[in-house]
Amino acid sequence: MSAATQDPAPARIALVLLGAALAAAIFLLPLAAVLAEALRRGWEPAWTAISDPDSIAAIRLTLLVAAIAVPINAAGGIAAAWAIAKCDFAGKRVLITLIELPFSVSPVISGLVYVLLFGAQGYFGPALRAYGFEIIFALPGLVLATVFVTFPFVARTLIPLMQEQGREEEEAAATLGAGGWQIFLRVTLPNVKWALLAGVLLCNARAMGEFGAVSVVSGHIRGQTNTMPLHVEILYNEYMFVGAFAVAALLALLGVVTLAAKTLLETLTARRIGEHA
Amino acid sequence: MTVEIEKLVRRFGHNAALDGVSLALHPGEFAALLGPSGSGKTTLLRILAGLDFPDAGSVRIAGTDVAGVPARLRGVGVVFQHYALFRHMTIAENIAFGLRVRPRRLRPAAADIARRVATLLELVQIPDLAGRYPDQVSGGQRQRVALARALAIEPSLLLLDEPFGALDALVRKEVRRWVRGLHDRLGITSVLVTHDQDEAMELADRIAVMDRGRIVQFGTPRALLDDPQTAFVAGFIGEANRLRGEVRDGWLEMRDLPVPMVRVKGRDGPVEVFIRPADLLVAPSPRRHGCVEVALVRPETESARVVVRCGASLLDGVAPTQVGRILPGVLCDVTVRRLTVFGEDGAREDLHLVDAPGCVGAGASI
Repeated sequence: MSAATQDPAPARIALVLLGAALAAAIFLLPLAAVLAEALRRGWEPAWTAISDPDSIAAIRLTLLVAAIAVPINAAGGIAAAWAIAKCDFAGKRVLITLIELPFSVSPVISGLVYVLLFGAQGYFGPALRAYGFEIIFALPGLVLATVFVTFPFVARTLIPLMQEQGREEEEAAATLGAGGWQIFLRVTLPNVKWALLAGVLLCNARAMGEFGAVSVVSGHIRGQTNTMPLHVEILYNEYMFVGAFAVAALLALLGVVTLAAKTLLETLTARRIGEHA
Repeated sequence: MTVEIEKLVRRFGHNAALDGVSLALHPGEFAALLGPSGSGKTTLLRILAGLDFPDAGSVRIAGTDVAGVPARLRGVGVVFQHYALFRHMTIAENIAFGLRVRPRRLRPAAADIARRVATLLELVQIPDLAGRYPDQVSGGQRQRVALARALAIEPSLLLLDEPFGALDALVRKEVRRWVRGLHDRLGITSVLVTHDQDEAMELADRIAVMDRGRIVQFGTPRALLDDPQTAFVAGFIGEANRLRGEVRDGWLEMRDLPVPMVRVKGRDGPVEVFIRPADLLVAPSPRRHGCVEVALVRPETESARVVVRCGASLLDGVAPTQVGRILPGVLCDVTVRRLTVFGEDGAREDLHLVDAPGCVGAGASI
């Protein structure tokens, strides 16, 4: 930064302090409070609450839903970003708007839509049920709701980068004899791999934490269709505060670990770029 | 490898980027597509590469119609405007790419690929850069990598899209000569796209001048300079003085520069006259009251370049003799050795010169 655009020192320090204070108040304080509540009676009760079979089932289900939804969104996000950044077609703007739709629609509504489509009284529910497919109040519904809510993360991370990189490298690869898959695997994907990882991690954090849409389609069957956020709510409503905060702390920890991994990746990427410059 | 292009048409929406382009290249020829931006030259190059496809017309490379052949099967080497090097690969990996993506049965062994890469690095004179990444080398070096990468697949045709545009002026001249030398050694039919006439003049055996989706003239640099077929070519290639004139009763009249007795065979009406600076000879007037006034003298090696004021126009000319007497403000005579006249439609008019003395001396050879 040049001296001309630099604010005077007192203003700068005040701004930094204000930012830090806000961040601490809004982000760190609640996180600390959750941890403090979870450990209020020591490690023992917290551990008991987490190792309860219903909690274990919720943790397992959360990880399973994320493990299915995140790869689906990674693949879908890459495909959408590729189409938008590297191809010309009518309706491109519409596709971009569609990708952002989950950000602007309340998750509860997206959950309700799935109930309307696949629920017992829904359009396709009875027919699917006749063939033995359970979607609402079962794993497929949870995955569908999570996929919907977390779809934009990968696509939104990749689109600006891929647009900036343009098509020239892909065209060069084609003139050198590479086929479509070779171009994708050897040129396109390596060029966006760090952004892709960052997008996947963000998507994962959101998938594990999703509450609204999942709450509508879950049915809250303990030990079966309860994910961690739903389990936290149930425990809390039953006045089992230590248990609720223990599971919440674990969920928060998963999110923090994901974010830390993302930050680490970004630092490594920045260093790699720095080395090349 | 011959290249035959016939009546190519390519439209983008309502605009025709190529509007009936025909062109035939000799094997081993270095051709340039020269034109202002938007003239269709890059579109033509992309169609040759298989990165774009025409709406009508045909392209034959080595006698085979390549209409349905995608880029990856054409074996055409392309050096892109911004090089398009693979940024996550080293320079050696960039060059090896075209060999590594071949189907297994056509792919050379790893050791052979390494040898070939080493040879190419030698050829483009950057053997020490094999392990670097594209963003760790200079623009001129990147250009050499792009060329080596294109040559690795042993292309039958080499396409260069504004390859010198991103280089600074000093490097550009040097790389240009080096590229021409390389072409002469390898003998690959090459097509250069450029908007820089100096570049085309220096590099190409023949130049296709493009304007608004058409090739207006295709010929050697000499022919384009001496024998432009349209006003566009005359104005685009080489320096020229442009003057408005009028044909009346078959005789050429110019208000600013009275030349003697030039008969124009076309219809009467307004015309545009082009005179190259080298064909406008300025000499001190023996009568000491010449018709033009010297405005500026730029000394050059043999004959001074002179700017003279003729009526309302400033014209570029040369002073082959008695340079010392030609100074700003001095009155001189000019002799027009040669001029070209184009009608309102831009087409060239046939001329006939009847020599006669006038206020301004005149020469023949039109």
